[in-house]
Amino acid sequence: MDVVQFSKEIRRNTLRCLHSQGSGHVGGSLSIADLLAVLYSKHMHVDPNDPRAEDRDKLVLSKGHAGPALYATLALKGFFPMEWLDTLNRLGTRLPSHVNINLTPGVDMTAGSLGQGLSCACGLALANRAKGSDRYVYVITGEGELQEGQNWEGAMFASAKHLDHLIVFVDSNKMQIDGLTKDVMDVEDLVAKFSAFGFETQRVNGHDHKALDEAIVRAKQSREHKPHCIVMDTVKGKGVSFYETMGPGVHSTTVTDEQYLAALEELK
Amino acid sequence: MEVRKEYAGELARLMQQNDKIYILDADLAGAGGTKALYAQFPDRCVNVGVAEANMVCVAVGLSASGFVPFVHSFAPFATRRVFDQIAVSVSYSEQNVKIVGFDPGVHTTYNGGTHMTFEDIACMRALCNVAVLDIVDGVQLRKALPYIVEYKGPMYIRFVRKQTDTLFDENYQFRFGKADKLREGADITIVASGTMLFDAVKACEQLAKKGIGADLLGIHTVKPLDEEAIVCSARKTGRVLTVENHSIHGGLYSAVTEVLSAQCPTLCDAVAVRDKLTQVGKLDDLKRDYGLTVDDIVTRAEKLVQSK
Repeated sequence: MDVVQFSKEIRRNTLRCLHSQGSGHVGGSLSIADLLAVLYSKHMHVDPNDPRAEDRDKLVLSKGHAGPALYATLALKGFFPMEWLDTLNRLGTRLPSHVNINLTPGVDMTAGSLGQGLSCACGLALANRAKGSDRYVYVITGEGELQEGQNWEGAMFASAKHLDHLIVFVDSNKMQIDGLTKDVMDVEDLVAKFSAFGFETQRVNGHDHKALDEAIVRAKQSREHKPHCIVMDTVKGKGVSFYETMGPGVHSTTVTDEQYLAALEELK
Repeated sequence: MEVRKEYAGELARLMQQNDKIYILDADLAGAGGTKALYAQFPDRCVNVGVAEANMVCVAVGLSASGFVPFVHSFAPFATRRVFDQIAVSVSYSEQNVKIVGFDPGVHTTYNGGTHMTFEDIACMRALCNVAVLDIVDGVQLRKALPYIVEYKGPMYIRFVRKQTDTLFDENYQFRFGKADKLREGADITIVASGTMLFDAVKACEQLAKKGIGADLLGIHTVKPLDEEAIVCSARKTGRVLTVENHSIHGGLYSAVTEVLSAQCPTLCDAVAVRDKLTQVGKLDDLKRDYGLTVDDIVTRAEKLVQSK
């Protein structure tokens, strides 16, 4: 499957997962689908048959509410049966709304209480260093999430300890629960902020597969001994017209039978 | 020897044997004693600066990679300040993080007020699967450390850094989850944790002179509690007094009465901090003000016995 098709399948199956519940975190799941497609087709060194392999790359989905997008990706990669996607949030499920390190094969860290993922990822990267591993640790945060102060404790730490095998993606979809991020609590200029915190920082269109891939390659080729940040300009609800234009309400919204069918039609 | 020196010394010994132990500090490595480890184990010690939330979560990443991380700070900053980090990233995520809190309760003395916690045990005890240790002296801590390292799961350990008094000698054996039976008596059960055990021992001697025999149970493991020992003793004496350097809400008194109310309803009382604000002061003055002295233990024990 090529990356474009993979990203469509991620979106289709993200909505399948959310549709099984009738609602959920639609917007922020769809906005990271292209990054997940690029990461899992070109960069993540992981084995679906051995999800806990010692020698693997790790992903911390710090914006843990986007779990359904990661679940769709992992199911498509063969980490677990596609049927699991229909069990979201049911009692005893392996797929909770927010990701859990112990429940889901392929999930490398619990997240959901925002702001903790970057610090946890720093610990993973520190452990890799102690073990002499050159595997990468990837983090996906939301731009709204960066309002949590702990992110900046983690950023300071990553840079002070030269965690250069740490790549942080900011899913800047410009919206948070209470409105536009710039109106609720503006977080920009993110490139300046991460650069000031000692990161090698890039800004790309988060829906441009080639740009994303090149940014990751550039980060990996760097010899600056700095952690990396790739700020992605994204659209919340990307890929489905009526979700793209819904406004901040798309953060958590319905996926009715009608919406699901209409979305699948757009994602052919 | 100071407890912190015993702690660092035993950690150094264990770190030589076990290359998975990892030390994290938040600008209190010197205060807590772990600074001595940095030169010997530079690849397994990290100071995160004044950033306790980050420290706990970095430890989570290390734990998820197979390390046994120990995080350190003053008791309030190791617990209540990072409660959500411990709740979500440690407890809920079932990570093997050891949380060390120095100078709990009245032992904060001149740093009291802001740095004093009477609710650390309550916070940690409320979290699923987090074990809680209230340490009395350096010997007990040293004997407990090999077990703490091997124990799989989150644990909170509170101790007093600079204390040099010891209750136990080299023959002491640490048994996780088990009470130390220090005295036998038929009239009352005294259950004491952490450094209050020193006071409880003295109180029992005074009570003996007054003809009151006390069963004295030393509790290092507040969670999981040695229910059997407590119920067994309560059945015998019919009166239970708990003694702790902590709030009456959510600590040893709560833990003991939760057990007794269900298994052996018994008249109880507590030597504990009764919903009073933290403050600065000398240790003796603080103990007097909060009602945590030997005399307080004796007085409350006598009243309990007389109410029979």
